[in-house]
Amino acid sequence: MDVINQLQRQFIDYSTSLHREGFVDDQFTQLQKLQDESSPDFVVEVASLFFEDCEKLINNMARALEQQQGVDFKQVDASVHQLKGSSSSIGAMRVKNVCIAFRSFCEAQNREGCSRCLQQVTHEYSLVKNKLQTLFRLEQQILAAGGSIPVVE
Amino acid sequence: MAQSNKEKSTKITALVVDDDMINRTIHHRLLDNLGIENEVVGNGKEAVDVHCSGKNFDLILMDKDMPIMNGIEATRKLREMGIRSLIAGVSSRSTEQEIQEFMEAGLDDYLEKPLTMSKLVTIIRKIDSNG
Repeated sequence: MDVINQLQRQFIDYSTSLHREGFVDDQFTQLQKLQDESSPDFVVEVASLFFEDCEKLINNMARALEQQQGVDFKQVDASVHQLKGSSSSIGAMRVKNVCIAFRSFCEAQNREGCSRCLQQVTHEYSLVKNKLQTLFRLEQQILAAGGSIPVVE
Repeated sequence: MAQSNKEKSTKITALVVDDDMINRTIHHRLLDNLGIENEVVGNGKEAVDVHCSGKNFDLILMDKDMPIMNGIEATRKLREMGIRSLIAGVSSRSTEQEIQEFMEAGLDDYLEKPLTMSKLVTIIRKIDSNG
């Protein structure tokens, strides 16, 4: 029981830190509330879709920005818009915020600004992916120990 | 909120129209959680086709920006076909002009992404009060 309590405490603290540091917002909490016995892997499934989406879109942006003949800023913007939508849907706040700035640089057709944003969005994606995977591992440890995952408001 | 409407909600059906798989997954789950039978399609043309096959829904959640046929065209087409379902436009775009254009295509309501349980409940109450 002590082990379960300790793991649950760890989970609550970690989850709270993700919110406090702005990695996730209330939308992520909403998704966690949708998870139940009938759909126990819902959040992991959505997160996996998000990770796949991010990788594909970041690659698209990188290829478009590498074009020597001239950057198609509309194409870059289309990918950024999609990433902004996905990150907003899952509650990945820091990724979403970089996308907002990124879109401004696309509109201004500022290649250097776009390249900087691409670096930032790649970095933020990497961070949130690690954070969420750690959170999911903590969940698995709690369940393996016979405990239940606490609800963090 | 879901509990008090559960008996009535089981009779409500919905169609999710969105090209983004993450949104389709989330919206499908939100509706499931409210006890609403729902189907998902990936663009406006699929939404029109599913109606041509004879299916009908109480609620359609229509994304705006989709390939092949976007939400504005699909909404217009469905209204031309005589579809009287409650159609709620769902989009992350928020300029007034774009919302206006979408509404004029035949929407009953407009919701900004991301969709939440409370936004959906507001819409579903309209179905309950009309039905």
